[in-house]
Amino acid sequence: MTTLDTTTPAQTPAKRSSLIWISRYGTLVAFLALIAFNMAVTPNFLSWQTLNVNLTQVATIVIVAVGMTLVIATGGIDLSVGSLMAISGALAPMIFLGTIYPIPSPALAVTLAFIVPVVVAGALGWFNGFLITRWSIQPIVATLVLFIAGRGIAQVMTNGNLQVFRNDAFQFIALGRVFGIPTQVIIMAVVVALAAFVIRRTGFGRQIIAVGGNEKAARLSGIPAVRVKRLVYVVSGALAGIAGLVVVARNSASDANLVGLGMELDAIAAVAVGGTLLTGGRAYVLGTLLGACVIQLVRYTLLANGVPDAAALVVKAGLIVAAVFIQQRAERG
Amino acid sequence: MLLSMKAIDKSFSGVRVLNAASLEVEPGEVMALVGQNGAGKSTMIKILTGAYSRDAGSVTFQGREVHFSSTADSQSAGIATIYQEINLAPNRTVAENIFLAREPRTAFGLVDRRKMRAEARAVLKRFNLDIDVERPLENFGAATRQMVAIARGVTQNAKLVIMDEATSSLDEREVAVLFETVRTLKRDGVATIFISHRLDELYAICDRVTVMRDGRTVAVSAMKDIKKLELVRTMLGKELTAFTAAQRNREEADGATLVEAKNLSAGVRVRDVSLAIGKGEIAGLAGLLGSGRTETARLIYAADRRDGGTLSVGGRQTAYAQPADAIADGIGFVSEDRKVEGIVPEMSVRENLTLAILPRLQKSGIVDRARQQEIVERYIKALGVKCASPEQPIRELSGGNQQKVLLARWLCMNPRLLIVDEPTRGIDVGAKAEILKLLRGLADEGLSVLMISSELEELIAAADHVTVLSDGRSVARIPAAELSEERLMVAMAHQDGEAA
Repeated sequence: MTTLDTTTPAQTPAKRSSLIWISRYGTLVAFLALIAFNMAVTPNFLSWQTLNVNLTQVATIVIVAVGMTLVIATGGIDLSVGSLMAISGALAPMIFLGTIYPIPSPALAVTLAFIVPVVVAGALGWFNGFLITRWSIQPIVATLVLFIAGRGIAQVMTNGNLQVFRNDAFQFIALGRVFGIPTQVIIMAVVVALAAFVIRRTGFGRQIIAVGGNEKAARLSGIPAVRVKRLVYVVSGALAGIAGLVVVARNSASDANLVGLGMELDAIAAVAVGGTLLTGGRAYVLGTLLGACVIQLVRYTLLANGVPDAAALVVKAGLIVAAVFIQQRAERG
Repeated sequence: MLLSMKAIDKSFSGVRVLNAASLEVEPGEVMALVGQNGAGKSTMIKILTGAYSRDAGSVTFQGREVHFSSTADSQSAGIATIYQEINLAPNRTVAENIFLAREPRTAFGLVDRRKMRAEARAVLKRFNLDIDVERPLENFGAATRQMVAIARGVTQNAKLVIMDEATSSLDEREVAVLFETVRTLKRDGVATIFISHRLDELYAICDRVTVMRDGRTVAVSAMKDIKKLELVRTMLGKELTAFTAAQRNREEADGATLVEAKNLSAGVRVRDVSLAIGKGEIAGLAGLLGSGRTETARLIYAADRRDGGTLSVGGRQTAYAQPADAIADGIGFVSEDRKVEGIVPEMSVRENLTLAILPRLQKSGIVDRARQQEIVERYIKALGVKCASPEQPIRELSGGNQQKVLLARWLCMNPRLLIVDEPTRGIDVGAKAEILKLLRGLADEGLSVLMISSELEELIAAADHVTVLSDGRSVARIPAAELSEERLMVAMAHQDGEAA
């Protein structure tokens, strides 16, 4: 049967192409503009210290947002990342402090404290993917389960207590430096580079994009859509686990109430500002990195110039609206 | 005259879908409305119910010229529409659904539940339906839900009920119950417009039939005065397509059978289909809309699960669980809906072309770009795909070129069997001929092809034999030597005592 719909009013080609240009390079332009603005206005902006402060603050967001980019590329979303950070952040100190089971070798304890929480977070991510693929639950609802329950689990694990610790070997993941570069920044860079490579060059990466772009066509082409979807949630969970480790190591303390609080929204914001379509079918990992940096820089610029943090939140929201608006307009033919 | 639609025109963004179409219904009559895909039936109904506005023409209902601006408008005027997917609230009770948005009120303006229940029971009783009106609608089967929808229309004093493919998901028993309801309506002087692709149903229930083709009303007749074959012929028309028939070169193939499907069944759409495809043959699959052609193809490809029957490929019984298994066994599938099931619109020509072969292009997970590029270039050249570069997004290509890319997606896998569902739908005449010629050439090189098509000329020109489906059953297998439009139509209409 004929199902032609009335088309949306056509935009002039010039306007449309400029919108496409903005949607493609807008984030980069905003980033460069912010740097230029700060060089002119903010005192001592061009210093190692400023760079380090900003990079360390953005590192955990980027690590989580990269996982989120993959999930969103398949047309999904992962609200549970903040809670998974709390679980991983609660688990690590319990392992090297010997709360669960005393481990005689400190080296083994720290190694396990790195590995086990990430594996657990990855497994919980698999659970997300299982809910979504096995019973066709909408991702936003399926991941809401662990968004709510995850933080509860973390609190039960620690009896709601703050865990305070000092363990140089473990805290190297946040406070350490390699060739003067903070370890967490190196982790961030590695995660970004790996994800960008996976998306561009591997079969798995192309399968992610195909599933998000047209799941029916992907399935009919023999792509194991269910497996692809489950895997991206595992990756998202595991990366949230790593971010959880970095956060508690940085604070020398783990508070299940606070670790990763609101992280899911920061990550989604970075993905959106970075130019990845929230409807799936595209993934700009470098865009996500840039998006997170822009959000961070806006916040830093406002703070450094005496604007309170609360106001910065409003600006952040405005940025997201602008990014999504431009994308949508550019998409329409 | 209850309803008279005259000289209705309608265009969508410059494409004319209705051209002076007409439809007339007498009070208490059951009028069949038939036509192929895109004939304009749905648009006609949507104009009648106010979902679309008309560009020209007049609609007279109960003696007055009407201009419905919404479906709510036409409902209050006495037109009730029953769709296949019913627009009711499944989690509300039967009574609530019947009175949805116009519940009887008490003196205080609250919903009068007792009155609602009583009236719901009374109206359902008229249709011999004795069910608990307090249970949620979702607890009942499709037929009951449809009758609740009809009851809802009747309590709104409907004078005309439109049933748009209302029977397509019902089994035979449920259809019988629904027909009883239609007869009850008829006794009360309520007219029905009945849209169905099952011809037998039309003969069972309808008084007259209106046939539409290409946006025009081409015939109106009393049901008893038109033979099934004539009805099919009127629906399909005598289209003169300009493509040149692909060169035929068919001495019967060496007789080696590649695919043998026996008694396939799945749900109500595929009841009993058997077919065989020889090596290097183009096997046609014909049938009217809803006869189960696409569904049969999807069963072979394991895109859907079969309930019964056996399928052997290359002499081995198969038990594919998913398309990936069929692909691994050398089967490719080009779906009838390019946009929804074929292309990944945002991806480039290169990536769309290599989507299925991706697993073979990997070395430890990393795509071998050089080999990918080589394959892409080879097939773009071999099939004559017109694109600016392999990196162009596939959505920017014309339909014919998109189709070539999708064919290449499978050809580069070197398959044994290629299933093509409406391979020339929505592409221009030149590209049509090219694609048919390409398929013929591939078959001559030993590829087996299962081709589904609504265009009879196409099947006659290209196929080595055609299996005809009717209402989910394979009813005939016609060899190339005997292929003619006449012969195909007779089989598609599936008349008793079918003449050769």
